[in-house]
Amino acid sequence: MELVWQGIKHACWLLFTGDAEVLGITLFSLQVSGAATGLSLVVGIPLGILLAMKRFPGHGLAVSLINTGMGLPPVVVGLFVTIFLWRSGPLGYMELLYTPTAMIIAQVVIAFPIVAGLTMAAFQSLNPNLSLQLLGIGASTPQLLWLLCKEARLPLLAAIMAGFGGVISEVGASMMVGGNIRGQTRVLTTATVLETGKGNFEIAIALGLILLVLTFAVNLLLTHIQQREQIRWPKPS
Amino acid sequence: MQKKFSFPTLLAALAFVLAVLSHLPAGEAAGKNIILSTTTSTQDSGLLDVLVPLFEKKSGHSVKTVSVGTGQALELASKGEADVALVHAPSLEKKYVADGKLLNRRLVMYNDFILLGPASDPAQVKSTKSSPKSSIDAMKRIAASASRFVSRGDNSGTHNLEKSLWKQAGIEPKGAWYIESGQGMGATLGIANDRNGYTITDRATYLAFRKRVTLAILLEGDKPLLNIYSVMEVNPANGPRINVAGGKTFADFMVAPETQALIKSFGVEKFGQPLFIPVAGMREEQVGE
Repeated sequence: MELVWQGIKHACWLLFTGDAEVLGITLFSLQVSGAATGLSLVVGIPLGILLAMKRFPGHGLAVSLINTGMGLPPVVVGLFVTIFLWRSGPLGYMELLYTPTAMIIAQVVIAFPIVAGLTMAAFQSLNPNLSLQLLGIGASTPQLLWLLCKEARLPLLAAIMAGFGGVISEVGASMMVGGNIRGQTRVLTTATVLETGKGNFEIAIALGLILLVLTFAVNLLLTHIQQREQIRWPKPS
Repeated sequence: MQKKFSFPTLLAALAFVLAVLSHLPAGEAAGKNIILSTTTSTQDSGLLDVLVPLFEKKSGHSVKTVSVGTGQALELASKGEADVALVHAPSLEKKYVADGKLLNRRLVMYNDFILLGPASDPAQVKSTKSSPKSSIDAMKRIAASASRFVSRGDNSGTHNLEKSLWKQAGIEPKGAWYIESGQGMGATLGIANDRNGYTITDRATYLAFRKRVTLAILLEGDKPLLNIYSVMEVNPANGPRINVAGGKTFADFMVAPETQALIKSFGVEKFGQPLFIPVAGMREEQVGE
């Protein structure tokens, strides 16, 4: 426990003294996982809506794939993205391995099934009569989708939080495709692994705490947005 | 419904954040990037944090250091996924050089491996002046007494050294006493310490973990326990887009006199002793004499 206490003190010290390297790693983690979450929303939300509202051949298979994808092991994603990005791999000519772009690609692969799966669940839980009513009063398809998105905004925000939480905390894929290169591709999770390997447990604990605080802050913000429109349940009298 | 934070504004904000974030630095100009495949021990010791920035400043190249086990580091280089390798498994290295996958093997530095174990020493491997023991003897005694031994089991340089000791002792280690951690040296030391077993570690990692490890050094200074690091260039025929010139520049840098002087002084301040001893230009037989 002494060690944890030392780690907490060290984390505070690193944060308050504004240690340039730690701040850089923290901001970089936020950038990579933020970009990956953003991109996975662009892919995942339309995909989730499509799966929830349309029936097509292979629909069941697609839904199963997305549900499986929600639990994709990051290290497996890392392995396959690495092989694709190797110099000898199909995308080798782009020279992307060990760059932030490679990390974003891997994280999008991890996050978009989570976003798609939760979006699908959110839309499926809407009352089907709602679409009928909206169509009945003459809503166009874009208007319909927009209104349904508004209706499902609470679970959609939960999807964003789950996607972000999944990628900011993963280490396997970032380590493999990013290489944990100092000043280039080092994020909070890979730095924690490195410091543990070096035997610098205080710094490792400090980095872990910073990661927790960061995740907490982002989720606090999103929860705040989500809960300000919370339905007020009638009080039992 | 409150209108302050409506869903469209939120989506617009997200799109904006995304646009800003996607302007991350992409790969630098080709030919300037060097991929160095190396071992966890060079990275964990902190040596590369000193040498790589210096090299980048001097040469104008940008180095991407990938630290993995020696086995993987050599395999990456032989597939052309790296431009230069800095590793520590002489017998394995010589195979890759003989196959023509790696070129121009040059010694850089060495330190040594040590055999750690519980202070009670159930296998009686402790080497003293009155009863000196070789590392091969020690392995035989550990196996004969079925004392717990924690192996890296990850084809790293340290694991290769351990395997060669078992081979020389004529033993195929298996059984409940033989634990394969499959992890890095730090984690393996933790397991050995926790389970009160014997293990082999490089000295640099031991020094970093000394405060948390209660195991004693039972055997050191034996010739087979030398831990020799070499640098090798990658055969351009191994694959596309290998930065041959960059790899050679880095290899030359590692054996240059100024770099060797830096290696000699590295770690003295923190540990009271150097972590690596430079040996560029020596032949393997001369090391440790």
